[in-house]
Amino acid sequence: MTLIKDGFFDRKELEKLPGVPSKERLEKGPVVVIECAQKIPCNPCEEACNKKAIKIGDSIIDLPVLNAELCNGCGLCIAACPGQAIFVVDMTYSDTKAAVQLPFEFLPYPEQGEIVDGLNRAGEKVCDAKVLKVLNPKNFDRTVVITVAVPKKFGMEVRNIKLKNGRKNG
Amino acid sequence: MREVELAIVGAGPAGLSAAIEAAKAGVNVVLFDENQKAGGQLFKQIHKFFGSKAHQAGVRGIDIGNNLLKEVEKSGVEVLLDAVVWAIYKTDTLCVTHNGKNMMVKAKKILLATGATENVLAFPGWTLAGIMGAGAIQTMINIHRVLPGKRVLMIGSGNVGLIVSYQLLQAGADVKAIVEAMPTVGGYAVHASKISKCSVPILTSTTIKQAVGKEKVEKAVLIKLDKNFKQIAGTEQELDIDVICLAIGLSPLSELAWMAGCEFADVPELGGFLPIHNEDMQTTVPGIYVAGDLAGIEEASTAIEEGRLAGIAIAESLALLSAGEAREKKQSILDRSEQLRAGPFGLSRHQAKEELIRRSLKQ
Repeated sequence: MTLIKDGFFDRKELEKLPGVPSKERLEKGPVVVIECAQKIPCNPCEEACNKKAIKIGDSIIDLPVLNAELCNGCGLCIAACPGQAIFVVDMTYSDTKAAVQLPFEFLPYPEQGEIVDGLNRAGEKVCDAKVLKVLNPKNFDRTVVITVAVPKKFGMEVRNIKLKNGRKNG
Repeated sequence: MREVELAIVGAGPAGLSAAIEAAKAGVNVVLFDENQKAGGQLFKQIHKFFGSKAHQAGVRGIDIGNNLLKEVEKSGVEVLLDAVVWAIYKTDTLCVTHNGKNMMVKAKKILLATGATENVLAFPGWTLAGIMGAGAIQTMINIHRVLPGKRVLMIGSGNVGLIVSYQLLQAGADVKAIVEAMPTVGGYAVHASKISKCSVPILTSTTIKQAVGKEKVEKAVLIKLDKNFKQIAGTEQELDIDVICLAIGLSPLSELAWMAGCEFADVPELGGFLPIHNEDMQTTVPGIYVAGDLAGIEEASTAIEEGRLAGIAIAESLALLSAGEAREKKQSILDRSEQLRAGPFGLSRHQAKEELIRRSLKQ
């Protein structure tokens, strides 16, 4: 399974990316995970970060480089990314759970407290996820940022959600 | 006969941008479009665009379209809708049917920004109802808010196939699969990832063998391809679907440029036969310019930059901008266009454009 053959990452591809924080940093608290692997002309994430934790530079095709020490996991870059490739993962959310912030553009939106399916990068259900927050301010421009709690081992796996009980997205 | 300084055919991103720049410099511009609304394909683009702030990155195509319409309105450009330009004579006269009435328009300069047409793929059953182009589907779901069907097979994993698949999901359709004849995904990985995480499989080295149905498509037969793109017998797979969407590329819409006698080149990287043009977007026929997809299939962001470039070059040629002013404006546009054509996805387009410009110098 690879990004260019199947459309989603395998773990090894992911770990090599300059926008993905180290395992050690992930264990310290909320931090952004930038799953951007191709040199395409795009840089809104750099400007979205007021901590200057994301660096692309003058050549806008360069991959975003994360300075994970400067990142506090605020998540302002999530909705700014036109590729929906940015997530915030907090491995310290609780003893057993990680919190994942992800971009979402399907109606209806889930509600706070709702239990939804947690999907991985291939769209497979890996766990139940509890919706902690649904952020939809004007400056996110209709890309809603949803925070879900998932079992810790799925913190780096869950990248999408699906509503249960026949509540259909779309 | 009506006389104008600049007649622009096509009010998409390139035509609108050219009109704005030329009008700002004082050119008397008339913009023709056969549709009921200006904006070209921009109003179907409900996703956020790439690029940098200078290219309006992060802004949805529909909002970029609205901004261009507002600017055009402010600039005093005359926009004639329901206006089909069906001929060019003597390289300076357009034949137009506007609101059902014929007229001739003589222009000092003409910019053709007619855009592109969708490519099709012929396979057994391809004429069944329910099989349509990605542009048609985008028009249905994003403009008219009508779902063409429930279960969709997408053919082609370029950016159009990936983006329209995502938009179909947003509209409530079930995209069963995306098939791609090449061994790798054609478009940006970020678009592919958006689709993958919604449980849509992208089947590479796969094509459609046949569409089956009585009055409309009911089923697609898929088949694996080997390294030489030969179908591998025994690898057939059936999918129950009611829509097949073709997203296999675009070709420049070039009839008016042929009619005007522009010289053409076959540039596969830019979508096939297109008018040779120079750095100012001028064709081999003096006074006739091209921009946008007609000058090479690229993205809307690039069409906007090329339109601006043509608008400024035309204003310069009409002596409404000094050479110095024009040079400065053109350089900043070229710098922005360069950024959009940088990187592995843009490289072949970048080289093809340079080659075209070299050829125009030789003419």
